[in-house]
This record gives sequence, structure tokens and C-alpha cells, in this order.
Amino acid sequence: MIEIILLGINHKTAPVEIRELLTVSKEEAAAMLDAIKESASVNEVVLFSTCNRVEILMTAGDKADAIETVQRQLSRFKNVPVSRFQQSIYIYEGDEAVRHIFRVASSLDSMMVGEPQILGQIKDAYFTATKRKSSGVILNRLLHRTFFVAKRVRTETGIGDHAVSISYAAVELARKIFGLLEGKKVLLVGAGEMAELAVEHLIRNRVKEIFVANRTFKNGVELARKFGGTAIRFEEITDFIQQADVIISSTGSPDIIINKEQVKHIMPGRRNRPLFFIDIAVPRDIDPEINKLNNIYVYDIDDLNGVVDENIEDRNKEAIKGERIIDEAVISFRRWYDSLDVVPTIVALRNKIDSIATAEIEKTMHAMDIPENEREALYRMKNAIINKIMHNPTLLLKRDGCHGNNSVYIDVTRKLFNLDE
Amino acid sequence: MNNLVIITGLLYVISAVGYILFLFLQKHYFHRVGQIFLATGFLCNSILIGFYFAKTGQIPVRNLHETLLVTGWAIAGVFFAFQYKFKIKVLGGYAAPLAAISVIAAFFVPYKTVEAQNVFNSIWLILHVVSIFLGHAAFAMACGVGLLYVAQENAIKTKKHGFFYKRLPSLDLLDSTGYACIITGFTLLTIGLITGFIYAKSVWGKFWSWDPKEVWSGITWLLYAAILHGRLTVGWRGKKAAIMAVIGFIVVLFTFFGVNFLLKGHHGIFTR
Repeated sequence: MIEIILLGINHKTAPVEIRELLTVSKEEAAAMLDAIKESASVNEVVLFSTCNRVEILMTAGDKADAIETVQRQLSRFKNVPVSRFQQSIYIYEGDEAVRHIFRVASSLDSMMVGEPQILGQIKDAYFTATKRKSSGVILNRLLHRTFFVAKRVRTETGIGDHAVSISYAAVELARKIFGLLEGKKVLLVGAGEMAELAVEHLIRNRVKEIFVANRTFKNGVELARKFGGTAIRFEEITDFIQQADVIISSTGSPDIIINKEQVKHIMPGRRNRPLFFIDIAVPRDIDPEINKLNNIYVYDIDDLNGVVDENIEDRNKEAIKGERIIDEAVISFRRWYDSLDVVPTIVALRNKIDSIATAEIEKTMHAMDIPENEREALYRMKNAIINKIMHNPTLLLKRDGCHGNNSVYIDVTRKLFNLDE
Repeated sequence: MNNLVIITGLLYVISAVGYILFLFLQKHYFHRVGQIFLATGFLCNSILIGFYFAKTGQIPVRNLHETLLVTGWAIAGVFFAFQYKFKIKVLGGYAAPLAAISVIAAFFVPYKTVEAQNVFNSIWLILHVVSIFLGHAAFAMACGVGLLYVAQENAIKTKKHGFFYKRLPSLDLLDSTGYACIITGFTLLTIGLITGFIYAKSVWGKFWSWDPKEVWSGITWLLYAAILHGRLTVGWRGKKAAIMAVIGFIVVLFTFFGVNFLLKGHHGIFTR
């Protein structure tokens, strides 16, 4: 019987030093698929690789040989001795392999549970495999099920809800305060990766204007150009807080830059429109006392981390629901897979033909009133016909088709005679 | 007649359960259940009021039983109007129980037969009653939205994102909804007072007679006028505005029910 085997390494089993050695590019993947397919023991193969994992999914008659082949090819293509990564490799078979691919695609196995990229990456890999014709009946079916399951997990659970990065959490908060961010003004004080990322998220939410204040005006101008915003002088900050709605601060200053008094005085002028301070700097730039003023909200890096932790916890809770969906899907895939076994298919085919023939004979006999002994002769004839009809299909299905891969014929047979109804 | 009251009450109760389940479980179909049953309940409630109207030829606010039925009807109707515009889904968890309580209370209040009086026959009275009830229902919504605002603002301010944070919409939406509720309520209350004056003039010969209900309605009107004035001039918004909306509604409740039971006056005959 042909087995589904999955062989891989991921961030849980291998440190980055090993993962980076084995990362497979798209071109390499295509060539590797061709090479692995050459092996007599491997029938179908799909390979995908992301920064956190390399996974090779295959169906094989000779399990040990297939695993050895794949390891050898991986070692050959990446020029890394097998001994270097053998310790980190995990191998799943049958239901466990199916469950693993379902979990990976649903992002339950990801470093960040619920991240949405992985499904696209698997789809790309599958596309490559279909182009190289390395994927067949079983893996085609398995991957289509995988995409379906992953989509179900995403829509029926909350694993993709709520931000799990600092900068995105900040934007989500801004949306809880202001609703639509369209038309809002943002003031960026200082610079820094996280702050700039937050500004980019805000731009994607169609804020109206970006002001950039930097101690070195020239740097401010450059940054402002990057965002299509306006550079302002550091001394002008107070004036611009008056206009802005969201203030993101990320300077290297050891002292507080914006204090309570400064902000208190501008609120009447803003007619109490809300203000949201995002303080990503350590040490902090914005006086935490400002949070006590009405209609003003200050979140520092720890507060944002708290929000992110809460969201991650929520996702993990949702992941449990996802596992349940996957359990169901594994069982239903197993049912289909078992039907691919030769004997049940032959039996099903015989039963189908038999039921048709018997029904027709009985119809005829009913109309013609045939005596008992002649009836038996008719039934004998029916069985003889069925045996003759079944002879060649049985031989073909039982013979090891191409490389023992008769799953194609079984599948065709089941479809041709609609045996799965 | 009583059967229809029971049916209406039952529909509102199911709706309330649907909306409350939606609040906790966030499953869309519960919201749908809430909506459908509230709409059906509203329809029954309308038929009920129409029935009373047709039977007596007078607007059915002549005793507490009828008044409570119209209250439930006004809450459901005004809620739908604001829901259509602002789509604050969880607000149903506040409005539907209010409507349900009104109608259930109506069921338990015995129906006191009131003799047909000419006092009840006037277009001004109808206008007066309808706009006052709808106006008060709008203030009830403002109070509900205000409570939601306080909960959400507290979650964001204290950085403890608990039960409400994920379930409630943005502060901005809550704030502008509350504002719209108060403007609507205030406009209707003003119309209600003016038509009330005209009606009083036609019945009692004077616009204002220091009836306690009149006095308290005046206080209510002044309070909401102050809230709106504060918002337009010095920007009273956010939490302050939300708390004001809640206080305003407490005064409305007193004007609406409290005055009838605690103080005497010519409105007493309608609602006692």
C-alpha cells in the first residue's frame, strides 16, 4: 500500500543556523522535485520552504528508500551533509502527515499562530509541483483539502483576529479611539523601525497628513519625504500637537519631551477632540501623567506589549477550535484514502455491476414468467458475464501499475463507475 | 387584546435574549434573532396601539397600561432608526430589554377603563404625546450609548481591555451616536413642549400652569439645552458628555414616571 509521508524541519526542531542552510528557493524546488521524482520509490512529491520550515510531502511505496532519497537530494542540492540536519528532521506518516500539513497550512504550527502568509506559500509550492507534474491523485486531493481546511479554520475561528505586533496593535488602538482614521493627522517625533512601521500602517488606513519632527532637521526632511509628509522643527512640536490626532514618539532622549502642562493647555483649543500618544521610546518621551487628562490616551511600549500578549493568548485559545476542525478533516481524508485500496474498489465495482444486472434480469423475468429451472440458468449467465467483465479491470488494478502507483487507476475506476456515491 | 400584549412582550423578550447572547458570544445569528424578533414585536406593538386607537378614537395614553405599551413601542422604533444609521450592534442588548420590561410591566398593570373625555381629542395632543414619547426614547438611547462609551473609554484609559473592548465600537462612533440621540431627543422634546403649550391653552385656557410635570419637563429641557450648548461652545464631549447623557436620562425617568407617583398635577390622570 502506498503511504503518505511528510518529512521536514521547522523552527521547533532546528535552530536558524540549520534552517538557513536548507532554505529552498523556487527554482531549486522545481529542480529538486524533478530529481526526487526520478526515484522508483517516490510516486508523488510536493515541496515547500519558508524562512521557518522546509517540508517535503510525498507518497511512496518503499518508505525507507523514499526517505533516504529525499534526504540525499536535500543534501546534494543544498550542499550540506545529511548528518548536519538528520537530527532535526521529523517524519510523519499516514494520518499524522495529513494532520501536520493541515496544521501548517492553517497556521497552527507557525511561530506566530494565525499569521496569514503560510497558506499562500503552500499554494505557490503546490503550483510549482503541478507544473513539474510531480503531484498526482493523492497529493492533489490532499492539498485541495488542505486549502479548504485552512480557509475554514481562518473563517470559523478567531486565530487571525487582533494584532500581534506592537506597531499594528497601536494602529488597532487608534481605530478603537477614532473609528475611521481617514482624515486624521499624525505627528511622528524621532525615528525608529517600530515607529515608522506604525506610520506606514496608518498611511494604509488613509490618514490625511504626516508631520515629522526630528532633532536633526535634515533627517526629519528625509523621513518626511519617505512618507509624503511635512518636516517640522523640534521646537514646533507643541503647535503641531494642537492639530494632530495621533502622536508617535520614538526618540533617544533621556528626558521627557512632551509634558502634562504643555498638553493641558492645548486641549481647549482642540475643543477636546481626542488625542492618542504612542510612546515607543525607552526611556519614555511622553509624560505618563498625560493619560490622566480627559480625552487623551497614552500608551507606552509596555502597554502595547500587554495588548499584544493578550491578543496572542486569544489566538491560542482560538487555535484549540482550529485543532478540532482539523481532527474532523483528517478523519474524512482517511475515509477517502482507504477507498483507494484495491480490494474495496474491486468489490465495489463488482457489486455495482451485479446490482444493475440483477435488477434488469428480475425486471425481464417478471414480464415473461419464466420457470424456476430456467431462472437459475439466467443467474448463472449473469455471474459469468460479470466475471468476464471484471477480469481485465481486476488484473490491471491488482498489478502494480506504473511504479506500483495504481492509485490513479483506482481513482479513475471509482469516478468512472461513480462508486463513491 | 391581552393576548396580543403577551405576544408582543414575548417577542421582545426573545429579542432581548438574542441580543444579550450576541453580546456575550458574538455570533452573528443571535444578532439576527434579536433583530427579527424585535421587528416582529414592534409590528405587534403597533397593531396593538392602532387597535386601542381605533376602539376609542383617542390616543392610547390614558392610563399606565397604555402608556407603558406606547413606551415600549417608542423605544423599539427609535432604536431601529438609530441602528439603521449608526449600526452599533451591541446596543440591542440595552434597547430590547427596555422594550420588553415596558410591555411586561404593561401586562401586569390592570387596565383601568377611562371614560371618554373630550380632553383626549385634539391633534395637538397627538403631536404632543408622540413627540414626547419618541423624544424620551431617544434620550434613553443616548443614555445607553453613554454607558457603552464610559465602559469603552474606561477600557482604553486603564489599559485593561476586558469584556467590552472587543465588543464595542470606537469611541468616536459612540460619541457621535450619543450626540445624534441627544439632538433628536431635544428637537422632539421641544416640539412636544410647544404642542403641549398650545394644547393646554386650548383646554385650560393658559399655556403654563405650574403643573409638576410641566415644571420637570422644563427642567429636562433646560438640562439638555445646557448639554448641547456645552458641546457646541466649549467642546463637552467624550466621557463628560456620556455621563451627562446618563444623568439627563435619570431626570427624564423622574419626569416621566416619578412625577406621576410622587407629585400631583393634571398629568396624573393619564398615567397614574
